Amino acid sequence: MEQLKTIGRELAMGSQGVWGSSKEFLELVKTIGEAKSKAEEERIVLAEIESLKRRIQEPDVPRKKMKEYIMRLVYVEMLGHDASFGYIHAVKMTHDDNLLLKRSGYLAVTLFLNEDHDLIILIINTIQKDLKSDNYLVCCAALTAVCRLINEETIPAVLPQIVELLNHQKELVRKKAVMALHRFFQRSPSTVSHLFPAFQERLCDRDPSVMSAVLCALYDMILVNVKPFKHLVASLVSILKQAVEHRLPKSYDYHRTPAPFVQIKLLKILALLGTGDKAASENMFNVLGDILKRSDSTSNIGNAILYECVRTLTSIYTNPRLLQNAAEITAKFLKSDSHNLKYMGIDALGRLIKITPECAENHQLAVIDCLEDPDDTLKRKTLDLLYKMTKANNVEVIVERMVEYIRNISDNHYKTEISSRVIELAERYAPSNQWFIQTMNQVFEIAGDLVPQKVAHDLMRLIAEGAGEEDEDADSHLRSSAVQAYLQILKEPKLPSILLQVISWVLGEYGIADGSHSAEFIIGKLCDIVATRPGDDKLKGYVVSAITKICAFEKAAGQTVDLIPECVSFIEELYASHSTDLQQRVYEFHAVLKLDRDTLASILPMDASCEDIEVDKDLSFLNSFVESALANGSRPYLSDNERRGMGAMTTLASNNDAGTSSLLRFQPYEKPSIPEPAAALVTASHYSQDAIDQHDIYSSAITVSTSSKAPESSSNDGTRLKLEGVQKKWGRPTYTPEAQVPKNPINISDSVKVSSSAAGKEASSRNSSAPPYTERKQPPQEISAEKKKLAASLFGSKAGDTKAKPAAKLQQNGTSKKAPAKPTSPPPPAPAPPPADLLDLSDSLPQTPSVDPVDQLADLISVDSSAATSTTSLVEQVFDAGKVATKGPSPQASLQKDAVSRQVGVTPSGGTNPDLFKDLFG
Amino acid sequence: MIRFVLLISRQGKVRLTKWYSPYTQKERLKAIRELSALILPRGPKLCNFVEWKGLKVVYKRYASLYFCICVDSEDNELDGLEVIHHYVQVLDRYFGNVCELDLIFNFHKAYFILDEILIAGELQESSKKSVSRVISAQDTLVENAKEQASSLSNMIAQATK
Repeated sequence: MEQLKTIGRELAMGSQGVWGSSKEFLELVKTIGEAKSKAEEERIVLAEIESLKRRIQEPDVPRKKMKEYIMRLVYVEMLGHDASFGYIHAVKMTHDDNLLLKRSGYLAVTLFLNEDHDLIILIINTIQKDLKSDNYLVCCAALTAVCRLINEETIPAVLPQIVELLNHQKELVRKKAVMALHRFFQRSPSTVSHLFPAFQERLCDRDPSVMSAVLCALYDMILVNVKPFKHLVASLVSILKQAVEHRLPKSYDYHRTPAPFVQIKLLKILALLGTGDKAASENMFNVLGDILKRSDSTSNIGNAILYECVRTLTSIYTNPRLLQNAAEITAKFLKSDSHNLKYMGIDALGRLIKITPECAENHQLAVIDCLEDPDDTLKRKTLDLLYKMTKANNVEVIVERMVEYIRNISDNHYKTEISSRVIELAERYAPSNQWFIQTMNQVFEIAGDLVPQKVAHDLMRLIAEGAGEEDEDADSHLRSSAVQAYLQILKEPKLPSILLQVISWVLGEYGIADGSHSAEFIIGKLCDIVATRPGDDKLKGYVVSAITKICAFEKAAGQTVDLIPECVSFIEELYASHSTDLQQRVYEFHAVLKLDRDTLASILPMDASCEDIEVDKDLSFLNSFVESALANGSRPYLSDNERRGMGAMTTLASNNDAGTSSLLRFQPYEKPSIPEPAAALVTASHYSQDAIDQHDIYSSAITVSTSSKAPESSSNDGTRLKLEGVQKKWGRPTYTPEAQVPKNPINISDSVKVSSSAAGKEASSRNSSAPPYTERKQPPQEISAEKKKLAASLFGSKAGDTKAKPAAKLQQNGTSKKAPAKPTSPPPPAPAPPPADLLDLSDSLPQTPSVDPVDQLADLISVDSSAATSTTSLVEQVFDAGKVATKGPSPQASLQKDAVSRQVGVTPSGGTNPDLFKDLFG
Repeated sequence: MIRFVLLISRQGKVRLTKWYSPYTQKERLKAIRELSALILPRGPKLCNFVEWKGLKVVYKRYASLYFCICVDSEDNELDGLEVIHHYVQVLDRYFGNVCELDLIFNFHKAYFILDEILIAGELQESSKKSVSRVISAQDTLVENAKEQASSLSNMIAQATK
């Protein structure tokens, strides 16, 4: 073989390519194919770009040559390189009169340019001209380009001509015109909104392909607004009927299914039209039933129609009989061996349970199989389904599954998505705070920095506020268990920053609250946290605050704190930090340490993070200061408005006497209007604006509040003042959890409260369902106990739930009814049928599983072969030959190709890809 | 709606790309890279759908080529699968036992055929017959044009002799 190839190559030297391309291009493809590495390929392509750049610029390139250059540009761009230098030549080529060149030009342009590219404007004229052409192929080429290249601004330039083409004698042109208008609708709906009647007229076109193009457009239009199209239901139903009854031309058959693509499109439209509309839906029931009956579930396309039918049935007004059928189809999908069908089945089930939640029970084992399937896509889809059917009683199992799943994937997009789902479910259904905190910790640990900051705040808030009831014991228990859990987590390496932030905050706030850990121990832990992430300033801020709090608590309790050496060095280091926020925090830390015990107790009270901070807006503590200033002859304070009013009259005067001091006069009072307390300060008390710089006041306010020496801090509003001082002292609120948490207007705690109060009820209901649950585990079946257990926890309690609704009935009927009520969920009788079912299935549906170990491809084709008898193409021949010969029945043809390519000396990917010559169907 | 069509060989080489939604060159490369990494290693028995950035990619392998189309998450996947098959059947009809090499060297033809089947991300023609009719009409037109051109040039050549 190898020898043959070389001979072939030698023979082919200098000969023209059989594929109508030049030798050079073939050579290029060949060398790229033979490239051993990505870098080599890169080099070849770059060289090609260089040579093209040079040659394309030459004057008088023959047009045919130019066409080839442009095709080569397309090739280069397809390989991911920039070919923008040649765009203009492609545009020029569209002007050519020769159809072949024109089409190549259009093709290149549609591949190169986006609709907002600058060069588009140069093509509009050509397009306009071509749309008027007598040759329908030219028209088509232009229309194809229109679909890709026309943007909102240029629509008006071509719209009239395209509307005209709607009545062109060639159906091909009419179809493309419809598609172009559809595109315009997508771009800017208003430009074609007056054309709705024209669309509807085309719906009755005698050519099915035009009609099906209209369907695409209709779908999008109805998606935007259903109302104007309601009257179409009858005609759409009749079209669907015709399609189903084989009344469309034979050429639209696909694997003996009549016009399946048209059917699917129609079903989609009907689903939109029938949503919440009983009258319209009743019109459809008949034909839908017909489809369900007629569609053949052995071919892929038949299943596609069935699935679409299920979707339609679940979105229109419900019809119990048809829903029953839909459920049967779903069951068939789920039991199928094909992963594709399982996937569709899971999706269909997700839609069905919205309407009839109880149908999930029948498929529990199938669902669990899918959940444990090695196929990632299927697994993810199943998690979607579980997410949809989460209730308070199965949330723990489902969330556990989801967490397990995100632990194992690396795709950030889905990590984010699924962890946000976990958080949502946990917030909504959490059975206990303890569980919620644990779950959140897991999510943080796995998804880490993908979790939004808000969730961390919610979690800290929850820990701080506890269950929300007045039960202090439970709360402190919760906190100490949280501390315990976090100390445990800290032992693991590489934790995400956001989790460490939460941990630091919790340790700072509650680390020593229950007395089981010494301050030194906690501080040591905090220092360890910092050591794991040296570059994380935000985290350092959290840690410094936490250390400050612990020291303050200790001192307030009358103990002395000896800072361990690591801590001291950590703090020292931060004095010189680049982050001003961190510097501020350490300086504050230092200041706090020097304070005496009482002050500390009031500025950093224990467990007060969720107490509201009351701001003394009147700044009454400044009154005496102001009075003394006034007494010393300062001018009384004027409010901003007053000053402005005065300013109008006395600009001169103020200018005069302000003169040099104008800065002093105004600056201090304009700034304060932004921060709240300062604004209050401005309006509150009367003191001379000239007397004192605002910053002085500010700092004095702080010293007033922090140093208890100040006489103003009267005992009754002492705490308030000091609390305010705390807030100020700890820098910007964004970095201080204690300032932030109460400020955040999140109602998570509310939702948690609600769910936890609900959790009480659920807990009791779970208790009641617990005994059967344990019973269920007992009887040994072929299905592994674990799976059943899972099924029980996913569906069983759910089944119990659904049974719980008709509880009234149950009670009336007494115990006799209660017994069968349980079995419908997964208990003893239930496990028996499902395995039988599964076995039955593998026997009764031989088509799919029998060949399955073979290539899936071959599998699909064997299905095709049974269906595609109508076609006379080579495809069929391939199929007829069966799977015996890989080359199919026309080995001559393949051999010819082989020979030809050898002649040219092309083996595009050397020895690496022996399949190059293989028929795609082979 | 179909967002893009992608043909990749088993070695991860791109054979054809068609983008129906605007993607920058950078995004295209990224998409191709990510999808090859996602799809190529998948076993033959797994399902033919992959979720990707909130969209779905339906793929099918024919010999050494993977045909992938990216559709909206609400679209019918089996339908997408059949669109692919439809395209391959039309290609097969046109080339006669189509193989990867045909697509490599005649990628512009493959593009033309794709343009007849999909427009603006929607299936526009589900009849194989009419697709092949259009394509052959174009081909014959081209042939005619060539003949005309050559005969014209002959005439001119003779006249100028």
